[in-house]
Amino acid sequence: MLQLVLTLIIYLILVIPVGRYLYHIAAGKQTFADPVLNRVDGAIYKLSGVDPHKGMNWKQYALTLVGTNAVMMVLSYLILRIQSIPLLNPNGVKSMEPALAFNTIISFMTNTNLQHYAGESGLSYLSQMLVIIFMMFVSAASGYAACVAFIRGLAGKTKDNVGNFFADLVRITTRVLLPFSLAGGLLLVWQGVPQNFSGNVVVQTLEGTYQVLAMGPVAALEIIKHLGTNGGGFFGANSATPMENPTILSNLIQLYSMMLLPGACVITFGKMVGDGRRQQQKSKAPETLLPARREGITARLFGQEGRSIFLAMGILFLAGLSLCYWAETQGNPALAEIGLSQAAGSMEGKEVRFGVAQSALFTTVTTSFTTGTVNNMHDTLTPLGGMVPLLHMMLNCVFGGKGVGLMNMILYAILAVFICGLMVGRTPEYLGKKIEGREMKLTALAIIIHPLLILSFTALAVATSAGQAGVTNPGFHGLSQILYEYASSAANNGSGFEGLADNTLFWNLTTGIVMFLGRYLPIVIQLAIAGSLMKKNYINESAGTLRTSTASFAVILVFVVYIFAALTFFPALALGPISEHLTLWG
Amino acid sequence: MSKKQNKKLLTREILTQALIGSVKKLDPRYMIKNPVMFVVETGFFITLLLTIFPGMFGEGDTGLRIYNLIVSIILLVTVLFANFAESVAEGRGKAQAASLKKTQKDTEAHLLNQDGSETLVSSSELKKGDVVMVSAGEVIPGDGEVIEGIASVDESAITGESAPVVRESGGDFCSVTGGTTVVSDWLKIRIASDPGNSFLDRMIALVEGASRKKTPNEIALSTLLVSLTIIFLIVIVTLYPIGMYCGVQLPLSTLIALMVCLIPTTIGGLLSGIGIAGMDRVTRFNVIAMSGKAVEACGDVDTMILDKTGTITFGNRLAADFFPVEGADRSDLIHCAALTSLHDDTPEGKSTLELAHRLGDNSQEIPGSAFVEFTAQTRMSGVDLPDGTKVRKGASDAIEQYVKALGGEVPADLHTHVEKVSSLGGTPLVVCKNKQILGVIYLKDTVKPGMAERFERLRAIGIKTIMCTGDNPLTAATIAKEAGVDGFIAECKPEDKISVIKKEQAEGKIVAMTGDGTNDAPALAQANVGLAMNSGTTAAKEAANMVDLDSDPTKILEVVEIGKQLLITRGSLTTFSIANDIAKYFAIIPAMFMAAIPQLGVLNIMHLSTQNSAILSALIFNAIIIPCLIPLAMKGVKYRPMSSGKMLARNMMIYGLGGVVTPFIGIKLIDTMIAPVLTALGI
Repeated sequence: MLQLVLTLIIYLILVIPVGRYLYHIAAGKQTFADPVLNRVDGAIYKLSGVDPHKGMNWKQYALTLVGTNAVMMVLSYLILRIQSIPLLNPNGVKSMEPALAFNTIISFMTNTNLQHYAGESGLSYLSQMLVIIFMMFVSAASGYAACVAFIRGLAGKTKDNVGNFFADLVRITTRVLLPFSLAGGLLLVWQGVPQNFSGNVVVQTLEGTYQVLAMGPVAALEIIKHLGTNGGGFFGANSATPMENPTILSNLIQLYSMMLLPGACVITFGKMVGDGRRQQQKSKAPETLLPARREGITARLFGQEGRSIFLAMGILFLAGLSLCYWAETQGNPALAEIGLSQAAGSMEGKEVRFGVAQSALFTTVTTSFTTGTVNNMHDTLTPLGGMVPLLHMMLNCVFGGKGVGLMNMILYAILAVFICGLMVGRTPEYLGKKIEGREMKLTALAIIIHPLLILSFTALAVATSAGQAGVTNPGFHGLSQILYEYASSAANNGSGFEGLADNTLFWNLTTGIVMFLGRYLPIVIQLAIAGSLMKKNYINESAGTLRTSTASFAVILVFVVYIFAALTFFPALALGPISEHLTLWG
Repeated sequence: MSKKQNKKLLTREILTQALIGSVKKLDPRYMIKNPVMFVVETGFFITLLLTIFPGMFGEGDTGLRIYNLIVSIILLVTVLFANFAESVAEGRGKAQAASLKKTQKDTEAHLLNQDGSETLVSSSELKKGDVVMVSAGEVIPGDGEVIEGIASVDESAITGESAPVVRESGGDFCSVTGGTTVVSDWLKIRIASDPGNSFLDRMIALVEGASRKKTPNEIALSTLLVSLTIIFLIVIVTLYPIGMYCGVQLPLSTLIALMVCLIPTTIGGLLSGIGIAGMDRVTRFNVIAMSGKAVEACGDVDTMILDKTGTITFGNRLAADFFPVEGADRSDLIHCAALTSLHDDTPEGKSTLELAHRLGDNSQEIPGSAFVEFTAQTRMSGVDLPDGTKVRKGASDAIEQYVKALGGEVPADLHTHVEKVSSLGGTPLVVCKNKQILGVIYLKDTVKPGMAERFERLRAIGIKTIMCTGDNPLTAATIAKEAGVDGFIAECKPEDKISVIKKEQAEGKIVAMTGDGTNDAPALAQANVGLAMNSGTTAAKEAANMVDLDSDPTKILEVVEIGKQLLITRGSLTTFSIANDIAKYFAIIPAMFMAAIPQLGVLNIMHLSTQNSAILSALIFNAIIIPCLIPLAMKGVKYRPMSSGKMLARNMMIYGLGGVVTPFIGIKLIDTMIAPVLTALGI
């Protein structure tokens, strides 16, 4: 318990400077590394013929993002199909078959990292680096760029310029992902994670048996896997294996590297929106200025609007973490019955070096921040413990993946504002802009996509023999497995319940489609919302205006998320994990 | 049209009309306009089919006939309740319109031809531009503008105000409304609208709800409700195969029941009723809103531009002090002023008398006095006492002339006093006894009682008030301080009003203003909410989006509150409707699956007796809550001015928390009531 609290307190301390740094990059402000990195960026712009100062409207931005991603997908698909060539392929890995390659490419380009293959045997080192690691960078940078563009739209400094996608992609890669990866990667190497190009090593163990140790550029992948909230492991067992995640320290490094940037995004949002408001205030005649409200400490650290969003995400996160931790410490009554002590909680599928607390934390973090990396097997979590990761992927806004989680949360904020705004007797407004029919239509559309993808594909899978064939534990748990797979795909999370035999044509194709739609449809719609809001004039803020920067708004936001997102999945959850839990404890 | 009328929610007439209307509205072509209720109606048709042909959709269990019948009946009732809510709102509007229509009887009009001769025509034949002659006792045949003549007109048919008003050509009092009656003299009127398109016609159409369009906020809210409906459709459609997988075959009617319970039927059924009722509440205040959008915009008002005279103050009319001139006695001045005012019924006269009494003067009417009334020519009034003394009070120059004509002198310091009063923003009245000028009555501009509190209330909800006045800055500042407005514009010209509106709007503020004169028309059009006085010109009324029939400019304050109340009602009922889902889930989900998965019985926290009674109880609650909330939807939720945070917390507690708790209690109650009945029916 104490270690959880400590870990989270340190996170709160760390996220603030990172948030400030991100804000400086997103807003195009000075950072300490500018003298070097400006030249690097300049060289990249020159080489690729990009004018970083040429602004784009939301349509151009969205089109560029999707187009760039599409080109990368085609190229990477080709590499996977010919990876058997003897180039950086010491273990002689074969080329990937089309359906699996289709799934893998979409999976990594959409920042999902759902893996229907095992890294050790399915990918050559060339593919690991050119496809997997490369995509881990650009998919994270793409998501982040979309988020920055979205925030620019909400901050509304201009009427239609949301920034330049290429410039955002480059800046975020060179200034955030690369340096953070370099530092974090070296820390992981220090903890014992391999980083080499040698083939697998066979060692004789203390017991006298022989064991194959997989090698490769693991640390490089490991750090961006978390930093970019990607989650696809170098090895099949992901961060549960000591080769990826050897110690408690490396576990903490991985935890923080997935938690910091999504949290920092919220701070960036708060600060950039705050800037927009201040600029608006300045343009007013001085005598009409409201007496400047004294900004509290949280407002200064997180930004007025950022703090309520951060608080709401925090509450959702803590609620999930508490449930997961509690459920896991209860142990498994079925195992207790056959005489296995459950004093340490349910240890099935968990690593002894992490224990229940760090496993529950990692599980909640990886699904809240939609990374998808695992340090324990989610399939063997207790039913309620396993419901938390499932639920957080269904909500998809508890911090969420790089940037995208924030964008989803803003959708719920718009919904909350719509209802609460009416209750204070004004037509709804958020961040100084009126929320009208067009925004509501887009918001509704974006919110429908998630349950539509998860539930309709789950229904498809349980109704077809191809879908049912993948289920290893029929019954309630099987339903959880299927739900989890699609929730993970739609939320671009990528963690697997791992009980599912998912490398089949059916699963490769359906999850591929879900990942693709789950990624690009919301991003485009969210950019459209930002584009629509930024065109509007600021409206006046008065004592009658609904304050969205308060703790009470955060609480309302939490309820809106639970009611709109969680209630949708309640029947499915009741039949899956809840039934399983009641059966187990009944 | 008086405020006392129609206070009751339902009259018998409205009730019958509404009952017929709710059945008529079952027409699917009409229902599709309300997608939430359309889904319920579709559910009704499907369950009805299942009642007639059980198992027609391949369900094995055909023993569900009675159960299906009950579900289909409840669904039908749900739709009827929703239609009833809308019909009641419309009915109340129609009742208002009917009283307006009474004034719209066909009348005869004296059409003036080019050559000056008169032709007798029906008022319905009059076209725009026709000139008619209306004499005393006749009804004005249509909206128009007085081009010749002066007359008093009884407008009580429209305004409910019994005192006749003066209408004359030129100026701000030249506009007349069809259906009103000329009481004295005659008017030559140029008709300003074509038949069927008069002000009254449009008012009737608006009040009846015939020309009602969905407001922008209603459209946005409908979008939200439709999207919720779609989400729950997805949930229900996918639940069937998911249930099958878990070994539960769900009866179609149960799925439909769950679906109808989850979609926001409560707010879906009441939404259009709330909108119509909001318009209706405005109408009850004798204000005609030209669109629902205008009422909605009222809720958002940030700044109110108010005319000083008439709105904030009574005008320069109340006696505040007496200033005797050099050599005159103050008590003599007071005494004479009081004498002239004994029969003076104007506010000036009354207040002079009142002030004189307060200052200790006990003047009584001296028998044999002859009172001289105020006329526009003499511009003074007074009394001829039996002893031949002539006491007069009036405008400074008029009295000066009067005294000079009698051979009197104008005291040297009179002008000092007159100017002093003017500089204070007051109006001076000079009093003379025969040829001697005694002094000046200071008629002060007095702020209407309660205005300061009202502005304080507005400030609490974030509305800024700006006072416009033609006074000099000094006077304006004095009045502004006294009234407690947030800002003022002194020496205000009509174009100043537009520029201040534009300036406020540039800062993203929603501006409301009142006005009556033709020169107010551009500003009324520029403002987001323009409330024109019915006594004002046609131009002003055309430019505004609301017209106050009582011509009381302070009404804008109430109208804003009604606008806010409308939005709050909408938001609160939406919250209530959505919050209800939690309890409904806990009623239906265990009931659906308990047979196959007995462990899920733990979720039956309400301990509902049987599965069928649980589902039907939830469904019945879902239907009954609509008529239960009709009074609230019609009257609007209680509105008290307070800060947004407090208001949100309060409404969240009542409608959010209430929305969670109420259905738990309601469903449990219904369950205990219907369980024995269902057992008797064998289901």
